[in-house]
Amino acid sequence: MTYRLDYEIIADFIKPNSRVLDLGCGDGDLLSLLKEKKNVRGAGIEINEKAVYRCMEKGLTVVHGDIDAELLDYSSKRFDYIVLYESLQQVLNPKKVILESLRVGKKVIVAIPNFCHINGRFQVFFKGNVPVTKKLPDQWYSTPNLKFLSIKDFQSFCDHHNIIVEKKRALSRNQEITFWPNLFAHVGIFQLSKS
Amino acid sequence: MDTLGTVKTQQVTCFEPPNLLTLKSGLKLGPITIAYETYGTLNQDKSNAILICHALSGDAHAAGFHKDDKKPGWWDNMIGPNKAFDTNKYFVICSNVLGGCKGTTGPSSINPETKKPYGLSFPVVTIKDMVVVQKSLIDHLGIKKLHAVAGGSMGGMQVLKWSVLYPNIINSAIVIATNTGHTAQQIAFHEVGRHAIMTDPKWNNGDYYDQKPPSIGIGLARMIGHITYMSDESMDKKFGRQLINKERVGFDFSQDFQVESYLKYRGDSFVQRFDPNSYLYISKALDYFNLSEEESLEEVFQDAKASFLVITFTSDWLYPTHQLKSMIKALKINDIDVSSCEIKSSYGHDSFLIEVDGQSSLIRNFLKRERK
Repeated sequence: MTYRLDYEIIADFIKPNSRVLDLGCGDGDLLSLLKEKKNVRGAGIEINEKAVYRCMEKGLTVVHGDIDAELLDYSSKRFDYIVLYESLQQVLNPKKVILESLRVGKKVIVAIPNFCHINGRFQVFFKGNVPVTKKLPDQWYSTPNLKFLSIKDFQSFCDHHNIIVEKKRALSRNQEITFWPNLFAHVGIFQLSKS
Repeated sequence: MDTLGTVKTQQVTCFEPPNLLTLKSGLKLGPITIAYETYGTLNQDKSNAILICHALSGDAHAAGFHKDDKKPGWWDNMIGPNKAFDTNKYFVICSNVLGGCKGTTGPSSINPETKKPYGLSFPVVTIKDMVVVQKSLIDHLGIKKLHAVAGGSMGGMQVLKWSVLYPNIINSAIVIATNTGHTAQQIAFHEVGRHAIMTDPKWNNGDYYDQKPPSIGIGLARMIGHITYMSDESMDKKFGRQLINKERVGFDFSQDFQVESYLKYRGDSFVQRFDPNSYLYISKALDYFNLSEEESLEEVFQDAKASFLVITFTSDWLYPTHQLKSMIKALKINDIDVSSCEIKSSYGHDSFLIEVDGQSSLIRNFLKRERK
């Protein structure tokens, strides 16, 4: 697998031998990496049938279904980490998913695409289009994303709901962004917990 | 694709007096002959065995060809060299269920006490009883641990029972297109089938073994069954409104549509290979199946240890996906390793016999996983 800083950052957050639930695990690349690097005991939830096959090919445990519904089944603090890798913006009720994740997991790691990256802002301002960029390639009518948010928006959401942001990183194309992340980062990664 | 070639059904007799089997009903039964087939080779430490459980009308002949037969076993597309259940790697076992009519003791077998077929004097059996009999076969083969138990429909119910009855014996459970307990609708369809058989004048209270078997009732039961195994879409694709050698409908009560003759053919041919009394007993066993009759599903799976793979199909309206959701939840709550997939298919409940690619991919990779 090619090097991905975003995955490495998440792997860095996670303590060895933890139990991890990956919500919207896709092809299972991240979960595989976590198994390999951190020896996690992991499971994924994925809605796409073909992606479920690819997870199984990688020897992963995966439940085919909706994040919103499947998450409710788990007992409290069952996992050390719940991971939402660029899937939060695709659920119908992100607030409920975050709060449920904080119930089921001791810590929640969320990676969100930053819809207020400078490229997007330029498109909105000068072209008058909803942004279509390399990182956000879909047109408004075909995007799987349901919610559009920025790194700043997510921070405010956490503050507002008394969610502790334990760690926070931002990056753009395998480079960490420390200067003005809400403008220059494509992705924000947060580690959350509940007091 | 490679094939297993010619295979043979074998038999073994267990539960000889005085060691009779105590059934769930409390009645005792024995001796019990078990018909089974095996494919592949059992390895040195006997750790590569997989038990396949069959559905209502299935039998021990799951794969390969019987001598002079043109059609292979019922799951031949899934069992064999390099197939989902790869016989180059695994030792695959399939046995006919208790109450069946393909070599395992059932209502058409001779009662050693009366020297006549049991008929309705055969005790009512359950899915649990079937599983206990399968366990005695596994013991007979000297196998201490099964790599997997797998099955669809009624076979899936047996897998579920295995997972809670013998949790230390099975590594993994492959549960396909089934339910943890029969619902009113599922019971209702069976009751119509049983009613058809039992109102057939030739059925004669199950005492017909010295005559031509009653064919009308079981034919009708099979026709109803077949409708529940297909989907609206698959029937439409297969038959549509096509007529049988006619330009237009006959305006009479002869058969007009292809689907009518197909069902009639299915019904008529079924009686050649299936005993009406066995149909009654096995359908009853299905209807009695209810994993959570005494405790909640969460409690039922408390001691289960196997890893689970649960497969369902989008068009299966007889055993729809949502009915297994509560089971998946119970497994999750008990911290049991469970993977699931709902395969997109138009074939209805029959999908588990037809959708080879998706199932093979899932099963092959699931079986390959290392057990911790």
